[in-house]
Amino acid sequence: MTASPLEAVPLTAAAAGLMRCHACGRLHAAASHGEAAHCERCGAPLHLRKRDDLARTWALLIAACILYVPANVLPVMVTRSVVGTQSDTIMSGVIYLWITGSWPLAALIFFASVMVPLLKIIALVVLAFTAQRRSTWAVQERTKLYRVVEFVGRWSMIDIFVVGVLAALVQFGALATISAGPGAIAFGAVVVLTMLAAEAFDPRSLWDPVHDWGTDR
Amino acid sequence: MSAPDPDRVPEAVVQKKRRSLPLVWIVPLVAALIGIFLGVRAYLERGAMIEISFQTGDGLEAGKTKIKYKDVEVGVVQSVALADKGAGVVASAEIAKPAAYLLRDDTRFWVVRPRISGGSVSGLGTLLAGSYLALDPGKIEKERRKFVGLELPPVVTLDVPGTRYVLRAEDAGSLDVAAPIYFRRVQVGQVVSFELDKDGRGVDVKIFVKAPYDQYVTANTRFWNASGFDVNIDTSGVRIDTQSVVSLLVGGIAFQTPEEPALPTRATENAAFRLYADRGSALKNPDYLSEDFVFVFHEPVRGLSVGSPVEFRGIEVGEVTGIFAEFDPVSNVFTSPVEARFYPERLRKHLRPGGVLPRDVMTNTRARIAFLIEHGLRAQLRTSNLLTGARYIALDVFPQAAGKLKVDASRKPFDVPTVAGGLPELEASINRIAAKIEKLPLESISADARQALQSLDRTLKGAEQLVGRIDRELTPEARATLEGARRSLAAMEVTLANDAPLQLGLRSTLDDMSRAADSLRALVDYLERHPESLIRGKREDVTP
Repeated sequence: MTASPLEAVPLTAAAAGLMRCHACGRLHAAASHGEAAHCERCGAPLHLRKRDDLARTWALLIAACILYVPANVLPVMVTRSVVGTQSDTIMSGVIYLWITGSWPLAALIFFASVMVPLLKIIALVVLAFTAQRRSTWAVQERTKLYRVVEFVGRWSMIDIFVVGVLAALVQFGALATISAGPGAIAFGAVVVLTMLAAEAFDPRSLWDPVHDWGTDR
Repeated sequence: MSAPDPDRVPEAVVQKKRRSLPLVWIVPLVAALIGIFLGVRAYLERGAMIEISFQTGDGLEAGKTKIKYKDVEVGVVQSVALADKGAGVVASAEIAKPAAYLLRDDTRFWVVRPRISGGSVSGLGTLLAGSYLALDPGKIEKERRKFVGLELPPVVTLDVPGTRYVLRAEDAGSLDVAAPIYFRRVQVGQVVSFELDKDGRGVDVKIFVKAPYDQYVTANTRFWNASGFDVNIDTSGVRIDTQSVVSLLVGGIAFQTPEEPALPTRATENAAFRLYADRGSALKNPDYLSEDFVFVFHEPVRGLSVGSPVEFRGIEVGEVTGIFAEFDPVSNVFTSPVEARFYPERLRKHLRPGGVLPRDVMTNTRARIAFLIEHGLRAQLRTSNLLTGARYIALDVFPQAAGKLKVDASRKPFDVPTVAGGLPELEASINRIAAKIEKLPLESISADARQALQSLDRTLKGAEQLVGRIDRELTPEARATLEGARRSLAAMEVTLANDAPLQLGLRSTLDDMSRAADSLRALVDYLERHPESLIRGKREDVTP
């Protein structure tokens, strides 16, 4: 059929019955039982595809989605000074910067701390959903999307980084103290969970339907 | 190692499958639990929403203004909106759940701003941190959600233990809300408020005395106005009495309980007391016994007023309670009956026992006074202050009046006979002098004086004319004469000058005369020595 994105279906490791160890790169013949194989050389678990990749991705994504709410509602930074205590959420910080005229900074924080985690979650949901549906739609683009998601993951920790540095530096006793709020933990958890979700997702599963379609036919 | 053998691909090790559900599902489970926990907690801790209305929104900021109780944050103002038709503002606030029990029926709210009043400065912290709402929880066990905020902070918060009293005063004086209350110069309370009586005849001052000190307020405690300072000038010198500098500024109230008839019963809440004007009148011995007397004066009573003292030989024994004027149609004269209250207790201590006084004189006040009247006691108006003309009623014993009256001690009203005072007599004589002065023919005197002045005027005019004529007629003559005299003097000056010919001639004449005298002297000398030469003639060789 001509519907396949790639005319010539190349040989895949799975089709050849081979598995590669992720740790040391040793090539193994796929066990007939498939699951629970270990590398003969280094003992790392072996599998044709990442084990339960969709289930793990879904689990971590759901956890990230849940924690995304407190991350944005609870204060990330608590400033105690002689004039009183002030709690800031991420959005209140962005709004403050926007009102005081630091538009580039406000945009940067809004993008890095609010948009990136949200877009990452959406992208992963799309990837996991299409992989589960064994969709063959825009496989190549989805693969590129996965690369971007994996790359950008670690860069949304700016807020956590700023809060961490401030909390360490601004400790003037009664005069002024900055400490991290509960929102910071939730936000950090969201970022870490989305990174883990991206890690758990196996991009090869995006291509399986294509190969299956090619080989099964 | 031998060369890689593509056929030798080892079989993977197989392990038993251990779990059915991947462990990873614990992660969203935990996240969900956390989320549910946070949600439930937020729901449970959702505070009580209240509405407080104020006259202005000064210092109220939505989302920022905090509500504090005992300086602990219990809530935050969520929104500030205009009330219906702009009659004030309504602040909606959320009070944290643990503090919601503070929202009772009589709970009060007010805005804390920096404030300087009287002797105290408060709310300085709000200069930096902005104003906040303070809360004073009420005591009535009834919840409430809509409040009316106070415009001024309350003087005494409800949680301070103590007792409130009401003082009845003539006027508010210099008292202010929050004015201090002193007990033995220790500040023990504050004035909470004051308001007019319902009938407008006085001022009710509400005060608050703090807990350990309210035990000293008993039923017979005297309160007095300690505002400003009292200056007492008497024979012992000058004494200045004041409580504290603060009371100079905002006024103050002091109280004390008299030592003697001790009533140890503590005053109840909201008990009413009289507020005396000063310490002296507050601590004066109370007079329990009194007698009303009437003094009928036949002279004007100007200078006497209600409250003027009645003194017996300088001891104050009573006070005037009323002054009237009466017309006696029988004798066609006006009299001035003066009612006075007499405190016999003040005299009893000074009555020495013994003697042969009738028995009821010792026990019955009226009998005693009647006895004294029979022995010459009379009332007299005297001047106590020459500057102001204030007068008092003096009781004294006039021996010349003794035995002239028989007094019935039981008559009513009980009047004490009077004698004319010393000053009215003086006044009368001054009046007589004034009348004489009045009789003087002042008008004719002044007419004479006017005539004299007119003739003087005429004389002066004549003199002026004379002077004018002298000026006109005599002056040119005098000038010519003077010029002639000047010319004669000049000529005389020329004649008498050093180089004048008369002078020179005279001088040479005098020289000749002196030479002639010298020759004559030589001749006489020669003749003395040589008298013979008169006969013989002068000898040539005689001279050496």
